[in-house]
Amino acid sequence: MRGATQAAWAVCAATAALAAAGCGSGGGGDAAVLTSSWGDPQNPLEPANTNEVQGGKVLSMLFRQLKQYDPETGKAEDMLAEKIETSDSRTFRITVKDGWTFSNGEKVTARSFVDAWNYGASLKNNQKNAYFFEYIEGYDKTHPDDGSEQSADTLSGLDVVDDRTFTVRLDQKFSTFPDTLGYAAFAPLPRAFFDDHDAWLDKPVGNGPYTVDSYTKGAQLSLRRWEEYPGADKARNKGVDLLVYTDNNTAYTDLMAGNLDLVDDIPATQLKNVDTDLGDRYINTPAGIIQTLAFPHYDKNWGGKGKEKVREGLSRAIDREQITETIFRGTRTPATDWTSPVLGEDGGYQDGLCGDACVYDPKAAKRLIEEGGGLPGGQVRITYNADSGSHKEWVDAVCNSVNNALDDDKACVGNPVGTFADYRNQIGERSLTGPFRAGWQMDYPLIQNFLQPLYYTDASSNDGKWSDPAFDRLVDQANAESDTAAAIDKFRQAEEVVRDDMAAIPLWYQNGSAGHSERLSDVTLNPFSVPVYDRIKVG
Amino acid sequence: MGRYVLRRLLQMIPVFVGATLLIFLMVNVMGDPIAGLCGDRQCAPATAAQLRHEFGLDQPVWRQYLTYMGNVFTGDFGTAFNGQDVTELMGAAFPVTIRLTIVAIVFEIAIGILLGVVTGLRRGKPVDTAVLLVTLVVISVPTFVTGLLLQLLLGVQWSWIRPSVSPQAPFDELIVPGLVLASVSLAYVTRLTRTSIAENARADYVRTAVAKGLPRRRVIVRHLLRNSLIPVVTFIGTDIGALMGGAIVTERIFNIHGVGYQLYQGILRQNTQTVVGFVTVLVLVFLIANLLVDLLYAVLDPRIRYA
Amino acid sequence: MPEPQQPERPEQPQQPQQPERPEQPRPPERPYVPGGDHAAVDGAVAATGIGGAMAFAVDEGKPLGQQPAPDGTGQEEARSLWSDAWRDLRRNPVFLLSALVILFLVVIAIWPSLIASGNPLHCELAKAQDGAESGHPFGYNGQGCDVYTRTVHGARTSVTVGICATLGVALLGSVLGGLAGFFGGAWDAVLSRITDIFFAIPVVLGGLVLLSVITSNTVWPVIGFIVLLGWPQISRIARGSVITAKQHDYVQAARALGASPARILLRHIAPNAVAPVIVVATIALGTYIALEATLSFLGVGLKPPSVSWGIDISAAAPYIRNAPHALLWPSAALAVTVLAFIMLGDAVRDALDPKLR
Repeated sequence: MRGATQAAWAVCAATAALAAAGCGSGGGGDAAVLTSSWGDPQNPLEPANTNEVQGGKVLSMLFRQLKQYDPETGKAEDMLAEKIETSDSRTFRITVKDGWTFSNGEKVTARSFVDAWNYGASLKNNQKNAYFFEYIEGYDKTHPDDGSEQSADTLSGLDVVDDRTFTVRLDQKFSTFPDTLGYAAFAPLPRAFFDDHDAWLDKPVGNGPYTVDSYTKGAQLSLRRWEEYPGADKARNKGVDLLVYTDNNTAYTDLMAGNLDLVDDIPATQLKNVDTDLGDRYINTPAGIIQTLAFPHYDKNWGGKGKEKVREGLSRAIDREQITETIFRGTRTPATDWTSPVLGEDGGYQDGLCGDACVYDPKAAKRLIEEGGGLPGGQVRITYNADSGSHKEWVDAVCNSVNNALDDDKACVGNPVGTFADYRNQIGERSLTGPFRAGWQMDYPLIQNFLQPLYYTDASSNDGKWSDPAFDRLVDQANAESDTAAAIDKFRQAEEVVRDDMAAIPLWYQNGSAGHSERLSDVTLNPFSVPVYDRIKVG
Repeated sequence: MGRYVLRRLLQMIPVFVGATLLIFLMVNVMGDPIAGLCGDRQCAPATAAQLRHEFGLDQPVWRQYLTYMGNVFTGDFGTAFNGQDVTELMGAAFPVTIRLTIVAIVFEIAIGILLGVVTGLRRGKPVDTAVLLVTLVVISVPTFVTGLLLQLLLGVQWSWIRPSVSPQAPFDELIVPGLVLASVSLAYVTRLTRTSIAENARADYVRTAVAKGLPRRRVIVRHLLRNSLIPVVTFIGTDIGALMGGAIVTERIFNIHGVGYQLYQGILRQNTQTVVGFVTVLVLVFLIANLLVDLLYAVLDPRIRYA
Repeated sequence: MPEPQQPERPEQPQQPQQPERPEQPRPPERPYVPGGDHAAVDGAVAATGIGGAMAFAVDEGKPLGQQPAPDGTGQEEARSLWSDAWRDLRRNPVFLLSALVILFLVVIAIWPSLIASGNPLHCELAKAQDGAESGHPFGYNGQGCDVYTRTVHGARTSVTVGICATLGVALLGSVLGGLAGFFGGAWDAVLSRITDIFFAIPVVLGGLVLLSVITSNTVWPVIGFIVLLGWPQISRIARGSVITAKQHDYVQAARALGASPARILLRHIAPNAVAPVIVVATIALGTYIALEATLSFLGVGLKPPSVSWGIDISAAAPYIRNAPHALLWPSAALAVTVLAFIMLGDAVRDALDPKLR
């Protein structure tokens, strides 16, 4: 307990010394520093170990990668990369721009990237995003999947050519690989990360527009503008204080009371009030997130032949319009394909690909389910985890919709599972016997990211164990295609295979929603539903 | 007396071992926590195995428990999944929760007993009925709603308080959360006091005191209340645990990073180290609270003695 | 551990309290009107001061604001305490009223369609959060279900959970706590330390572990769980009451006269120690109904689709700003139920309290 008091004093002292926001006070303090709601990151703040939004939010301010996704269009654009060249879609020669440093003064070199990637791919470092390096040659040595000892500490596919150049050799063709390099896991790391890892975790050092000023785990992370930041996207405010909230509703109340500047996750229950509470200070922007219902294709009741009719019937029994309007108040839009509108038509999004199968039609639903042999066991149980994300409301609404369509008040029931870990375990053990909620937040804005990890045979997020050789073949062809447009075309054909079998029912595209105080302007959300902090102006 | 306390302190040892073992097993029974760490996707099997090894989850349960207890005795309570030391988490959470609990108990004692005495002496009068109605509201409206409405009203509409509590959580910011937290217990304390007072108001010693011409106030406080407090003290003793470890809703609404919140997060993430660590400390609190309650019996009623 | 002073011990101030001795007003003394079948036991105590004291209570008690006892029993003939209590109860309007309400709740729980013909599971999302309209007097909840129908149909689960869990907790808790308080010594040590361990189990953890393995879709696992985690509290309260009650002179007198422990516990201590248990149990009834919903929200309580007040209250709570009616009605139903049981508990307690006679 003494430690905590001391820590609290330390925070006070640090903030006071910098004449920054007074201890814990929200809207007050330094005029050009904004406060923003935050959740405790679930993993240590290492780039290759952060797989959820809250940690990702910090990394997006602390790091810049070779590529940067445009906050509006989501297009991958060169950031630290001067050029990325390839002749065979398999070996890439990457040149790093000159003049970039970390905020501690160390130069960002080719080695900064290679060391970081090797660290991320090495099994002994427990990095949860290690699989992002799985296409790089030598990954099977640094990260053997069979549980045996790793036989190499570094990826054989990475070679430093000179101070600013390195090459990456993949174990297969992957034409859009450069576009994945904007993901946080591919960030460069300074030597300080390796030399004194604990100190780095207490106060991370990166090469992004902000530097960490102070970090009290579980309470507050203060970021300040890095005045010497070499990039073009220099922060337009003096800093951001991320405050950990136990509940997004509390953050919302604090915003209304004027104690907080920015809430980037409006609680669903308050959406009906945002117009009166916030007016034009409420933003609602499409994000690369799609919610689906996945099926246990390993269960013959759901995966057998002819069962696609039952799946399609269920899809037609869901009144997406009504649910997105009533439950989500327009922060979701009914899905008509399996990707996301943020990809754009050029990026592979196809409005209406699902066709009639995603349109509410009780009669057709009833007929299709009967043709498919009826609901297995006479009832569908939609499994979800009860501990986070308030899934209960939409699952209940989906079930009510199905029940009304099928005229049977027990046709569909929700099946809550207590914890997320238990939920994932049940999926992993294949013990689910009915559809379950599946959400996908894109890692990078490519159609490949919406299809391959989810539907490719035995892919890491193919929870329903759906498998179709035609789909796999098309994805392989698309990845080997060196022309981007041709690759996207192949992916589209693959997506049609998903549609024809109704591998998963697309429900809705999720938007990012946020509210801000009157003293902020230029608040936007990027396609990852994270606020674009560096563009926000205060006052 | 001294020997009695000593004996009670010695009894803490088996309870301590029993409770930690029970909680340890319960968290273990919940299953493998690793699957929840990789987001909406399967952890790479090798990563999962490595993580399991790191947290000692690949060992048999009995060995995990022995290792854990061994570490606890050296002051090492392990680490949470986000890499934070559990001792650090506890060091941040317990002071806040202790303050919140103190506020809540002060409310229970001050308001609860006062209302109990008033209603006990005026049974059936309008004030009794009014307090009963408030009691019903408190029981049937969830804390979530009371907390939320108070927060909106006092924090946003009238700006009397900050809607959320800052990480330092000083006493003045904890007044409203403490009241919300205490609300259901207040109902218990009020009605327990009321019943005891109503029963004892007819006791001979009260009549005697009145007959002696003692001031009414003195009769109530010194004679009547003192003899009516045993059930109330017992209840508050049992309530400390609920206030400290179970304030999940209150702590969430008011953004208090306390024990209830951390414990809840630990349970949902199935982190044995966090859960057992927090519960271990809570068990010690219960044991001491119960000992104090038993000692208070003897103070309140001198006929009760401890050998 | 607390040990009762044995009547045999010489150092104990054992003489009956004289009401006339003002310098010793502190130890509470409860006059106890004996039942006929053990008049001999209590007669000694009663003789010491009950005669004049009764009149004193009525006269002198008033300045403290107490109500005169509802008179009407008189001293007709010797009856047992319990039959006396029952006699009292039947004439108590508060008891009759609360009994009627409880009877109504039980009838509704068994045949909800008597007053609500709709289907509680039928929901039209288009009407979500709408207010009252004809045929739907309480409006609609967040999923567009009829609040009136759901409130009526929710009675079955909620009343069952409330009554059964409370009865279970009260019986188990007061028996174990009473024994611990009465016998003291090693018994008390073991039982009290077991309650300490049970107190340590967080409800969320207990629910996730114990209830997630159960697949039955009835209320019984939920009730069993509540009893399992709820008894320690009542047990502590009962233990404290018994420890106090057994110090009373009439108990010591009964013991001196050779009454068996069982007789002392049941005839003399129980009626005087039961009040705090009744108070805590009647309030706990309301909290158990709410706890059932907490468990459902953890995904381990009743499996959907189940209808209960607790579930509806929890579901409506976040929408309090927009649709307070969805919260109001199930909460009101819960409040009426708790009120009925609190009144019932009060009436029973009064009936058991001999001083009121």
